[in-house]
Amino acid sequence: MNINMTLFGELIAFVVFVIFCMKYVWPPIIGAIEARQATIADGLAASDRAAKDLALAQEKAKAQLKEAKVQAASIVEAAKKHEAKVIEEAAGKAQVEKDRILATGHAEIETERNRAKEELRAQVALLAVAGAEKILERSIDAAAHSDILDKLVAEL
Amino acid sequence: MASGAELTSQEYIKHHLQNLTVGEGFWALHIDTLGWSIFLGLVFLLSFRSVAKKATTGVPGKWQCAVEMIVEFVDDSVKSTFHGKNPVIAPLALTIFVWVLLMNAMDWVPVDLIPTIFSWFGVEYMKAVPTTDPNMTFALALGVFILIIYYSIKVKGIGGFIKELTTQPFGHWSLYPVNFILEMVTLLARPLSLALRLFGNLYAGELIFLLIATIGLFQLPVHFLWAAFHLLVIPLQAFIFMMLTILYLSLAHEDH
Repeated sequence: MNINMTLFGELIAFVVFVIFCMKYVWPPIIGAIEARQATIADGLAASDRAAKDLALAQEKAKAQLKEAKVQAASIVEAAKKHEAKVIEEAAGKAQVEKDRILATGHAEIETERNRAKEELRAQVALLAVAGAEKILERSIDAAAHSDILDKLVAEL
Repeated sequence: MASGAELTSQEYIKHHLQNLTVGEGFWALHIDTLGWSIFLGLVFLLSFRSVAKKATTGVPGKWQCAVEMIVEFVDDSVKSTFHGKNPVIAPLALTIFVWVLLMNAMDWVPVDLIPTIFSWFGVEYMKAVPTTDPNMTFALALGVFILIIYYSIKVKGIGGFIKELTTQPFGHWSLYPVNFILEMVTLLARPLSLALRLFGNLYAGELIFLLIATIGLFQLPVHFLWAAFHLLVIPLQAFIFMMLTILYLSLAHEDH
């Protein structure tokens, strides 16, 4: 073991190397490493957030779908109800209309019949008078009587 | 063997443990230790700098991934031990870890390869593993020790630092000198153990490699086994040096 000036030469080299490392080597490398670590951490956090958002969105979509289904069911229900009501109303209206038409028809028929009856009555009276006139014209002929009566009958 | 068969194994080992030296006595410089360590330090800094220059926060390339793995490993080690805020600790730990790792890794290069290549150019001695030179490991430990003292004084103040050295573990004033001696031993043992641990492990490893190289043909499987064992030793020693540095500096920041 012979210690000599080499020691101080090496000491100077050591100091220079450490200073160079401290100034030009360590900071850029550790900076790059730490920046990358931060980027990766951010990325992981973002993907975590995205996964959470996705789950949330899926849940929301599910809830909305459920709600939509319920709404659709209620709409269909309401439509059915409305349809039934419309049909019922229409049926009621139709019934009323029918009754009205029937009643008018009946009334018309009645009037018509009454009028015909009146007319008939008047004609019967005329016929009776005419018959009587003819009977009176040929009162002796029995066969003729029946002729007249037959005519009368035919005239009815 | 580098210089032919005329060397005895003792001379061979001695030759391989000799540094390429310029100058005499204390003013001598180990050119091989300095050269290899600075070369490896530049390999570390420039390769990491190439990543740092075009570091992307997006998808990293393969080389950037490898560098980031090491940086993150060091950063985790620092964060698990050192809880204060200090912009020096982490780059210091990274430099120590990678630099020591690369210097230790020179142990894997066959012991005769580099000396032989240099001998072709007339360079007689060439010790290629800088951490087998105590100058190298003591330089690292001394650097760490200076930082320990600096931060101890910066965080606790000069009075606080002296108080820490004298008022524990015994609370009574008459025992303060004893405390001071004990604490000084603790304080000085830190860089000493740091330097000697690394030096001892690598020097012993290198010595065994040299011993194996002297046993002839059977050295190949034995070399392989010893090199495989160094898969453990080399990163472990680099890691221990880094962790203890972080720990000592973390202790220096703690205010009692």
